[in-house]
Amino acid sequence: MSDNVNAVSVKGIYKNYGDVEALRDMSLDFPKGQLTSLLGPSGCGKTTLLKIIAGLLQPNQGEVYVNGQIVSEPGPDRAFVFQDFALMPWASVLRNVAFGLELRKVAKSEREDIARKYIKEVGLDGFENSYPHELSGGMRQRVGLARALSVDSPVLLMDEPFSAVDEQTRRKFQEDLLQLVKEESKTFIFVTHSIEEAVYVSDQVAILLPRPSRVSEIIKPSSFKNKDVDSIRKDSEYLDTVEKIWKSLRSYVE
Amino acid sequence: MRIFGFKLPNMTSLILWGLVWEILGRMEVSFFLPPLSSIFVTLADIYDSKAFVRALSETAVAFFGGLFYALVIGIPLGIFMGKNRFVDELFLPWVNMFMSAPLTALVPVLMVLFGFGLKSIIIVTTLFAIWIIILNTRAGVKQINRSLVDMANSFGANPIDAFIKIYFWAALPEIIGGIRIGFIRAVKGVIIGQLLISIVGFGSLFELYSSRFLMSHFWAIILVLFALAFTISELLAMLAKRFDYYASKRG
Repeated sequence: MSDNVNAVSVKGIYKNYGDVEALRDMSLDFPKGQLTSLLGPSGCGKTTLLKIIAGLLQPNQGEVYVNGQIVSEPGPDRAFVFQDFALMPWASVLRNVAFGLELRKVAKSEREDIARKYIKEVGLDGFENSYPHELSGGMRQRVGLARALSVDSPVLLMDEPFSAVDEQTRRKFQEDLLQLVKEESKTFIFVTHSIEEAVYVSDQVAILLPRPSRVSEIIKPSSFKNKDVDSIRKDSEYLDTVEKIWKSLRSYVE
Repeated sequence: MRIFGFKLPNMTSLILWGLVWEILGRMEVSFFLPPLSSIFVTLADIYDSKAFVRALSETAVAFFGGLFYALVIGIPLGIFMGKNRFVDELFLPWVNMFMSAPLTALVPVLMVLFGFGLKSIIIVTTLFAIWIIILNTRAGVKQINRSLVDMANSFGANPIDAFIKIYFWAALPEIIGGIRIGFIRAVKGVIIGQLLISIVGFGSLFELYSSRFLMSHFWAIILVLFALAFTISELLAMLAKRFDYYASKRG
């Protein structure tokens, strides 16, 4: 085990839903401090893999290592960002963001201070006392992100976090995410079905193919990573990578 | 209701039916139906009488006692049933059976088991109210957004936290709906209990007035019960409205 390099490793994961084989002998490493995307057509088991890493699903076989330790249930070393935001509609933004800390029995004033800081950081200053139904989809996902950040886990698991927000907001999110990866020394595992999004935000893209689910390829876009956010989408390596991935996936799309 | 383009306030129809009642009463169609006005006069007469105040307090104790047990047993059981397949399969047939069973027929059995006192009346009231509360709570929990449960688990919620902080609140709109119907059924339960088990409270007044053909007294008590049940039911409906905003927003 190369503990120093990989924040998360999965080894030989099998997962069946009844007779359906969702994951077969899946092994994958997630380097520390980097953003790894799980990309693939629907049914390739990417969300299943993410939920197994989160400890929300149990694999039939295989292990998940987080910082070299085998884990089998959710823990403070991982935080989850949900596709549908998973906010409590009866609670204010402040309580939603502080909820992870509330469950960890952090004192009220302390957790609210931390929550306020992250609400500010995701750009929701002034919305502390709003309720989720008063916010747009993009703002709701910012709440979900602030909640995941406020527990300060070294690993952030994101399940198609931008798929339920509109295209403009989505682009802004992707740019903000790049910034976040640079600033925070966290490991991000990011599930998406958008090729452009995966190539744009990732240090490493793992392409998953279905039936049986397997990692077909790992692509590490490199040359455009240090460019500013505006020029990446015009970069030739970016465009080539998107094209290459599309070619390998095309045959799996009905 | 609208008449000739004018919007009439809610419950204007009650005034209309009240008038019909008054007219029929004055026509002396039946001794059973005294004019509405005389019922109100009687009500003004008896409302501060010792017998009435005692009946009201006895009924209130049995009613709120029964409702209390229906809530503290019904809501947690409903949440457990919605959460857990095993608990659900264990209890659901019974809940459905009692939901539609003629509970009045059980009253004699309860009298044998629990005696002729307040205890039996409270149990009858609970039995009338609890089943719909269980079923509604269960339905509320069943439609809970799965990712809220995942969210609580992923941040390390223990079962008690998940129960109190997620399941209960997620099911709250349905729970309040269940309490409202349970409440109305409890009114039925407490009166049936008082009539069949021991002649106390409003049950004793019903018995007394109807056996002596004091029809305006009899109707006065019915009006009081109706007004009380209606008021509390409307208050609960207002409460339910406050939670509607998130019942419709969750997906």
